[in-house]
Amino acid sequence: MGAYVARRLLALLPTLVLASIIVFVTVRLIPGDVIDLMLSQNDVSADRKSREQLITLLGLDLPIWQQYGRWVSGIVLHGDLGASLWQGTSVASMLLARLPVTFELGAIALVVGLVIALPIGVYSAMRQDTRGDYLARSFSILLLAVPSFWLGTMVVVFPSIWWGWSPPIEYAQFAESPATNLKQMLLPGAVLGAALSAITMRLTRTMMLEVLRQDYIRTAWAKGLSERLVIVRHALRNAMIPVVTLIGLQAPLLIGGAVIIEQIFVIPGMGLLLLDAVQQRDYPVITGVFLMVGVAVMLINLLVDLSYGLLDPKVRVKT
Amino acid sequence: MSAVLPPLAAAKAQGQGFWIRLWREKPLGVAGAIGLLLFLVCGVLADSISPYGFNEIAPIDRMQPPSWAHWFGTDNLGRDMLSRCLYGARLSVIIGCTAAVLATVISALIGIVSGYFGGKVDLAVQRFVDAWMSFPDLVVLIVVVSVLGPGMPQIIGTLGLLLGIGGSRIVRSAVVSVREHMYVHAAQSIGAGAPRILWRHVLPNVMAPIIVLLTTRVGTVILAESGLSFLGLGVPPPAPTWGGLLSGSGRTYMFQGPWLVVAPGLCLTLLVYATNVFGDALRDLLDPRMRGSR
Repeated sequence: MGAYVARRLLALLPTLVLASIIVFVTVRLIPGDVIDLMLSQNDVSADRKSREQLITLLGLDLPIWQQYGRWVSGIVLHGDLGASLWQGTSVASMLLARLPVTFELGAIALVVGLVIALPIGVYSAMRQDTRGDYLARSFSILLLAVPSFWLGTMVVVFPSIWWGWSPPIEYAQFAESPATNLKQMLLPGAVLGAALSAITMRLTRTMMLEVLRQDYIRTAWAKGLSERLVIVRHALRNAMIPVVTLIGLQAPLLIGGAVIIEQIFVIPGMGLLLLDAVQQRDYPVITGVFLMVGVAVMLINLLVDLSYGLLDPKVRVKT
Repeated sequence: MSAVLPPLAAAKAQGQGFWIRLWREKPLGVAGAIGLLLFLVCGVLADSISPYGFNEIAPIDRMQPPSWAHWFGTDNLGRDMLSRCLYGARLSVIIGCTAAVLATVISALIGIVSGYFGGKVDLAVQRFVDAWMSFPDLVVLIVVVSVLGPGMPQIIGTLGLLLGIGGSRIVRSAVVSVREHMYVHAAQSIGAGAPRILWRHVLPNVMAPIIVLLTTRVGTVILAESGLSFLGLGVPPPAPTWGGLLSGSGRTYMFQGPWLVVAPGLCLTLLVYATNVFGDALRDLLDPRMRGSR
C-alpha cells in the first residue's frame, strides 16, 4: 500500500506543475499589466505604494519564466506564497487559518448530502418505477436546478421574517465553542449538501439498479437472506465505488459552492478570503487561494482513489 | 442496418421520428423543451411584453407586494420586478446559449483532436485537462473576472473556455471508440487526410454526445453566470441579471419585501429545471451510453 501511495503521489507531480502554470498564467499574464489596473482603479492597496515598489513587490521586472521560477521555488523550498499587499501578512498563514473553516463546511455538506442521497437513491432503485421512485427522481432533478445561493438566501430571509430568527453572525471556532460553531455551520452545510445530494442520489439509483440485476444478488436472495442484508452488504457496497468517485469529482463543486455560501452566511473560510482579495485586488492572496484550491481538489481525488481499496477487495489485491 | 448506424444517424433516418419518439417516450422532456422555448420567447420579446421598463423608477410605487399592477411586486426604487425578470431572462438566455455553444465547440475541437490522434498529443492534452478540472469553475471565474473586470464578453469567453476544456473528456471518449470503426480504417487506407476523416467520418458520428453536451451546458452556464452576478462580479448593474437581483440593494430590502427574493430565484430554478429535463430526455434518446453520467 505504501508503494502504491508513493506511486500515486509521483503521478500527481506533472498535474501539479501544470496546475501551477495555469494559476500563474491566469493571474499574471491575462491582464497585460496588473499594475496599471491597480493604479487605474485607485485601489487601496495600490495607493499606499508607488508604481516601482509594486513592480518589485510582484517581481514583474523579471522575465516571465524567471517570475514563475521564483514563485514556484518560493513555494517548494520555503512554503512561501508571498505576502498580502494589503495587510502584509504571509499568504500561507492566512490560508492555514481559513482552510479548516472551509473544510468543516465541506465535510458537513458531504455528510448531509450523503444522508439525503443514499437512502433515497437506494429506495428509488429498490422500488423502481413506483410512485415513490418518480417522486424521489423529480425531487432530485429539482434539487439540481435550485441554485444554492437562492436556497441560502431564502433560508436567511424567511425564518427571520416569520420567526425573527437569524443565523448567528459572529464566527466562533469549533475548538473554542463547539455548540456555537455547529449552530453556525449546520445550516450553511445543509444548504451546500442539498445541491450535492441531487447528483449523488441519481448515481446511487443508477448503480443500485445495475448491481441488483447481478447474479450474486440473485444468489443472495436465493440463500434466503433478509432484504436488509442483501441491500446493505451485497448490493450497496458494490454500488458505492462509482458513487465515491463522484464525491471526488464533486470536490470542485463543493469548494466553488462554499465561496457563495460563505458569502451569504459570513463564514470566514477560503471563499470569503478570495472574495475579499478580489475586491482589494490583492494578487498574492488571489494566487495563493487559487493554487490551494486546486491542490486540495487533487488531494481529495487521491484520497478517493485510495479508498477504493477499502470498498473493493479486488482493488486491494492489485495494489 | 440500424445496428450499424450511430444513434443520431438512425434518428435522422427516421426523419420526423425523433420528435414523435420524444413526445411518446419522454413527455417530461417535451415539457422541458416547451419551458425552454417559453423563456427564449420571453427573452427575445422582453421589449414588447414587459409592462414597464427594466430601469423605470417610480418612487410612489416603492416596495409594493405582488398585485395585478405589479405581478412580482416592486423593488426599493419602485421598479417593476416582472419587467426586470423578463429582461433578466434575455440576459440569461443570451449568455447561456452563446457560452454553451462556445464551450461545446471548444470541447469538440479538443476532444476530437486528442481522441483521434492519441499517443503523446492525447497524453499531454489529457494531463492539462486533469490539471484544469481540479479548479472549481466558480473560483476560476472569480479570479479571471477579477483580472479582466466584469462584463458580458469576459463572462461568455471565460465560461466557454472553462466548460469547453472540461467537457472535452466526453467528446474524447466517444471519438476513441469511433476511431476504431471499420469506416475510419477504410478511409485511412484509401489515403484520406486527417482533416477530411475528422470532418466527414468522425464528427458526424460523435454528434450525439456533442448535442447532449450542448443542452446540458446551457443550464450549467446560466447557473454559473447567476452565481457570479450574485457575488457582484457578473454583468454590472443596472442590467437586471437574476443573480444580480438577489444581491446588492435587493439583498438589503429582502427582509421588508420577501417577494424580491422569490421571483428571480424561481425564474432561475424553472429555466435550469427545464433545460435539465430536456437535456436528460435528449440524452436518453440520442446517446443511451451516457445515461446516468451526470
